[in-house]
Amino acid sequence: MLLSASPPKAVVTAEPIVCVANLSKTYASGFKALDAVNLEIRRGEIFALLGPNGAGKTTLISIICGIVNASEGAITADGHDIKRDYRAARAKIGLVPQELTTDTFETVWNTLRLSRGLFGKPADPAYLEQVLRDVALWDRRDARIMTLSGGMKRRVMIAKALSHEPIILFLDEPTAGVDVELRRDMWRMVRRLRESGVTIILTTHYIEEAEELADRIGVINNGKLVLVEEKDVLMRKLGKKQLTLTLQAPIERLPESLAAYAFELSPDRRELIYTYDTVDGSHGIRPLLHALDAAGLAYKDVETKRSSLEEIFVDIVRERS
Amino acid sequence: MNLYAIQAIYRYEMARTRRTLLQSIVAPVISTSLYFIVFGAAIGARMTAIDGVTYGAFIVPGLVMLSLLTQSISNASFGIYFPRFVGTIYEILSAPVSGVEVVIGYVGAAASKSILLGLIILATATLFVPLRIEHPLFMVLFLVLTAATFSLFGFVIGIWADNFEKLQVVPLIIVTPLTFLGGSFYSIDMLPHPWREVALFNPVVYLVSGFRWSFYGKGDVAVGVSLSMTLVFLALCLAAVIAIFRTGYRLKK
Ligand SMILES: Nc1ncnc2c1ncn2[C@@H]1O[C@H](COP(=O)(O)OP(=O)(O)O)[C@@H](O)[C@H]1O
Ligand SMILES: [Mg+2]
Repeated sequence: MLLSASPPKAVVTAEPIVCVANLSKTYASGFKALDAVNLEIRRGEIFALLGPNGAGKTTLISIICGIVNASEGAITADGHDIKRDYRAARAKIGLVPQELTTDTFETVWNTLRLSRGLFGKPADPAYLEQVLRDVALWDRRDARIMTLSGGMKRRVMIAKALSHEPIILFLDEPTAGVDVELRRDMWRMVRRLRESGVTIILTTHYIEEAEELADRIGVINNGKLVLVEEKDVLMRKLGKKQLTLTLQAPIERLPESLAAYAFELSPDRRELIYTYDTVDGSHGIRPLLHALDAAGLAYKDVETKRSSLEEIFVDIVRERS
Repeated sequence: MNLYAIQAIYRYEMARTRRTLLQSIVAPVISTSLYFIVFGAAIGARMTAIDGVTYGAFIVPGLVMLSLLTQSISNASFGIYFPRFVGTIYEILSAPVSGVEVVIGYVGAAASKSILLGLIILATATLFVPLRIEHPLFMVLFLVLTAATFSLFGFVIGIWADNFEKLQVVPLIIVTPLTFLGGSFYSIDMLPHPWREVALFNPVVYLVSGFRWSFYGKGDVAVGVSLSMTLVFLALCLAAVIAIFRTGYRLKK
């Protein structure tokens, strides 16, 4: 971890690896997609940019990566201004865009070689082999991309983004439209990358994804960065989860032994509802289930659910205004 | 200078040629051979020699130019239009490359391909007519300059076009007529009075004339004029490309 040479404050803070200052974007159509965004990404973290469709996530990423021009504001990547010093800045960045855009007629290996060269790195077949092995595509290296499945194509895009050994990786909705198993694979891959020292910024509109992966979460809505928070803190704020136990048989009232837990009995007396905090460890589920067993209550189904992203956004936006 | 990037683009584009060998090399060779058979052998046999050069031999430089122009434009325009069309252009836009490097890579590959093609057509021509090259160095110079100029022009078209139709329309409506009227098949001296002067507004006349001069020592206009005009076109196309990258025209939102 790099530390800033002379921290101005008493606390030693890591110098941000990406720094976005007062960034605004108005498209040619006159639409304002980003509105005075300020954001600092810490070295080595996984940062999740969470927001509904059309919030401005892709626009923000595209500007940092040099694909879209900013209307206002300044950005540095690893200390390099992305405009003035674009070569140094971009060499540090890898991007996996939202859309699966690949040269379908080319082979996996050739597109990877192109990517590495474009970013100014000398050929290194051994490294590219490692990248392809990491994304489980080594045995498909000579396949034309059009012959690959959707999940494989996405992995090709990731391999391309990694081909020049970036230290900052942007993943734009890496698991949108991806099935559960592939999503888990993706998450594992992201964690592995972070362990290797890569800073990761991903966008998502799945709160579970942000919760699963991120160290910090930024919430973006209508082009405004509504808040940036440590995940643990945010999750606490994001509220409650409900555990619903469907009982084998209806009960009259709660046994005395369960009084310590804030159970609610549903009106039809067949369900026990327990509302708890996702982060706060003191309300662990396990002791609760033990207590149920001890009380001799048999249940046939367990379900947990949380408030939807929309509700959370409404909450956050209301809280802020 | 990001030399690795230039090299990567160049290699990638050249690999595309190998993949589409039939379309890029074989097809133009066949069509040129047809020209030789029809114009050179069939019709040329009944034509008088022009400036002491048999008609079959006379049309060789023009035919090479014809292929050089159309292939340079189509190679280069397609080369940059395709990534824009499928979206892979994001990678080039996000890479630490300057516009100059992108142009050298793409235009260099397109020009190399058409030069190669021009040489193949020349070789094909020797099967049909006796060929003589008086100024080989100038011949190569015109070949390279023309390929570079029209590859740049094609690059501009590939960036300007936002659909496949536009990609084809410029070569079809402007370039093909200009090449046919540019003295590939005749000397513009053969044209009647007003048309000869009108022809001088056709840039292709200068290219064909200069190129033919390098073969037979005689052209429609002085070789110095041909060379200067070629350089002017090159400069114009370069200026257009520089403007595109300065402004991000059609590349960045
Ligand atoms: N090229 C464009 N021209 C005009 N508006 C655009 C353009 N690209 C995106 N937008 C608009 O900007 C907003 C933000 O888009 P985007 O950044 O893609 O959102 P997200 O990635 O969060 O879904 C959307 O309302 C979208 O319609
Ligand atoms: Mg998006």
